[in-house]
Amino acid sequence: MGSIKRISKELTELTESPPEGITVELADESNVYEWKITMEGPEGSPYHNGKFLVKLSLPTEYPFKPPTVSFATKIYHPNVTNDEKGSMCLGMLRADEWKPSSKIAAVLQFARQLLSEPMPDDAVEGRIAEQYKNDRVRYEEVAREWTRKHAC
Amino acid sequence: MTFKYLEAESRNSFEHRLEPPSGPTTRRSYASPLPSIRARHRFYPVTSGPISHIPLAGIFAVTFTTPPITRKRKAAEAIADEALPKAAHGSRKSTSASDPRSHQSESTTTIEPTERESPVSSRSKKRLSATPTTASMDSDDEFMSDVSSQDDFLGTQGSDDESLGEDFDDLDAGFSDDKDLIKHKKKPYEVEFKVLDPPDIDHEQLGQVNEVCAILGLPPESVAILLRFGRWNKEKLIESYMEHPEETLEEAGLGSNFEGTAKTERVPGFMCDICCEDGDDLETYAMRCGHRYCVDCYRHYLGQKIKEEGEAGRIQCPGDGCNRIVDSKSLDLLVTKELQGRYRELLTRTYVDDKENLKWCPAPNCQYAIDCGVKNRDLRRIVPTVRCFCKHEFCFGCSLSDHQPAPCTLVKMWLQKCEDDSETANWISANTKECTKCNSTIEKNGGCNHMTCRKCKYEFCWMCMGLWSEHGTSWYNCNRYEEKSGADARTAQAKSRSSLERYLHYYNRYANHEQSAKLDKDLYLKTEKKMTSLQSQSGLSWIEVQFLDTASQALQQCRQTLKWTYAFAFYLARNNLTEIFEDNQKDLEMAVESLSEMFEKPVAELAGLKVDILDKTAYCNKRRVILLSDTAENLKNGEWSFNIEW
Repeated sequence: MGSIKRISKELTELTESPPEGITVELADESNVYEWKITMEGPEGSPYHNGKFLVKLSLPTEYPFKPPTVSFATKIYHPNVTNDEKGSMCLGMLRADEWKPSSKIAAVLQFARQLLSEPMPDDAVEGRIAEQYKNDRVRYEEVAREWTRKHAC
Repeated sequence: MTFKYLEAESRNSFEHRLEPPSGPTTRRSYASPLPSIRARHRFYPVTSGPISHIPLAGIFAVTFTTPPITRKRKAAEAIADEALPKAAHGSRKSTSASDPRSHQSESTTTIEPTERESPVSSRSKKRLSATPTTASMDSDDEFMSDVSSQDDFLGTQGSDDESLGEDFDDLDAGFSDDKDLIKHKKKPYEVEFKVLDPPDIDHEQLGQVNEVCAILGLPPESVAILLRFGRWNKEKLIESYMEHPEETLEEAGLGSNFEGTAKTERVPGFMCDICCEDGDDLETYAMRCGHRYCVDCYRHYLGQKIKEEGEAGRIQCPGDGCNRIVDSKSLDLLVTKELQGRYRELLTRTYVDDKENLKWCPAPNCQYAIDCGVKNRDLRRIVPTVRCFCKHEFCFGCSLSDHQPAPCTLVKMWLQKCEDDSETANWISANTKECTKCNSTIEKNGGCNHMTCRKCKYEFCWMCMGLWSEHGTSWYNCNRYEEKSGADARTAQAKSRSSLERYLHYYNRYANHEQSAKLDKDLYLKTEKKMTSLQSQSGLSWIEVQFLDTASQALQQCRQTLKWTYAFAFYLARNNLTEIFEDNQKDLEMAVESLSEMFEKPVAELAGLKVDILDKTAYCNKRRVILLSDTAENLKNGEWSFNIEW
């Protein structure tokens, strides 16, 4: 399939005109399937001023199979697992929701949007989601502190 | 001689309990103008339904004119024929009005060739109601409404009614009897169903699509999508379409644009959004939503959806955010024959899953589906057991294998309980006591009798279960057996123990039959070998050694039933019905055990035991029918009382 062609095209587009707060590069120049993304914490969120390293892996069947997104930088967020994997659960990245014409740019923008507006109902960290819903102040405090500690 | 006499006779002699209620039922079938008598597993109220509208006298007049072969039975009918003055019917009708149960004696008045097998004397009218044919006269039954139509079972079975009634007296009664029982008479525990093979299901789908096509005037592939969206609820779908056509189409993943034919195109200056290939000679395809991709990508996408994700009815356009469903025409245009086949298979699968009256046979690799009208809400009152062409018998309600007589809910509760309890219950019973205050189970882990419950901190004496503070400090040995707190505690303890013991009683028997059925099954696998060696040792022909096969099948089936009678009994409250049930259970169990014993005899003795085995097999089957009929009947009428809410 023409997956390399498609990936190169997307990469070029993303490096030439990157979406706000996002920079994209290959983790290793010889491998187009592993991307290294730097995501700035969006303004107005407790992640503001933080720089988060996000890894994006493309399956060989891309674009027929969805990419996976994970946070290499520790982040206090209901939708990111609080472990060394830092997996992120995005609805659009589920195999049955992914469409081959969906673009990585959209995925990244969606991920960054999620930093501003967590989705506690689809949380992977139930405890953080609970806190986000019931004690927003405390949640923001911790998130800000983690950002300072890990992402600055 | 009057009918009254007959009725009295039938009540006083208990033989009819063992009677396969062939005579009248079948004869009624002959009298029936309906072709449906050829079906094997009819659910009884259906046949009785239309017939019961014929005046009673009419039924009986016809009923007794086509007697079966048995001489004794002929005699019985001769009596019956004499006993048919209209006046008698009138009086009978009035009895039946006051007591609906009195019907059953009508259909059981034949004299049974197997009198000797009935050790039980007449007990009560209640007990009489245990006869299999009891309900065959109840016409206004709610189950009737669940059975789609008479035609449903047409042609599904090809058995010949003509053979019925023969051979009851001869040696082969064992299996001809058994077969006839299954084929021709509807027992209270039998439900109506038919087995469908994949082409039947396709045909059914197509029929519905065409029907809706004609009404809505949309192309068939779109109607198919609509129907799948509406889970094949035609009426609701049509209504919703009539009210809001555009919304319905949109929600179903169809646009309101039905123009154009499905074909691939070459579009100058096109670049595929998926693979980013371009070129003027690139073959492309777009559905009516206009999202155009190259044929290769489309194909790859569809292939992956169908093969890897097992998706069919809900494959959307590959376009980001487009919810248009890929229709079968587009699919056929793009993918290989093999994938098309797989696609149809998946569609059929969802069709069966969507329809409440259809279920796949759960047997491994079985391709048949069962069509049965029993609804979920009926499951409290019926255990819809069906038999697939692959011979697997299972419950239509829950797809577990045959669990008659226990209803699905109880079965689920029982299995759950067994899962929770069975492994540990024995150990608990042997090694622990319950804290008298909070009922936590406590294991004694030291020599000291001064127990402190870890959960509620209650302190008590292990020996007498009494409050420790009443022991005083100086006494280490328990001499306080008569103290009140100790006695109360022991009563509570005994209660909880006895409930555990009760459970274990039923569980052990349940598990034992399960185990025995497994062993019998092993034996069954060896039966063929046994049959071969019996042939060579005794000079019997192949057909003559079939009795072993029949016996082994009967054993399997009866053990399966017995197993579930114990789960059922566990939840039964104690009353007269329960006692009758336990008697039936005991009779069946005894019969099964003795057949099982005969069956295990060395091959050399088997030829000599043939008659006994045949008799016993027939007897086992009859006892099973009686037990199941009794239970099903009471379940249907809501007469059982249970010791739990469900």
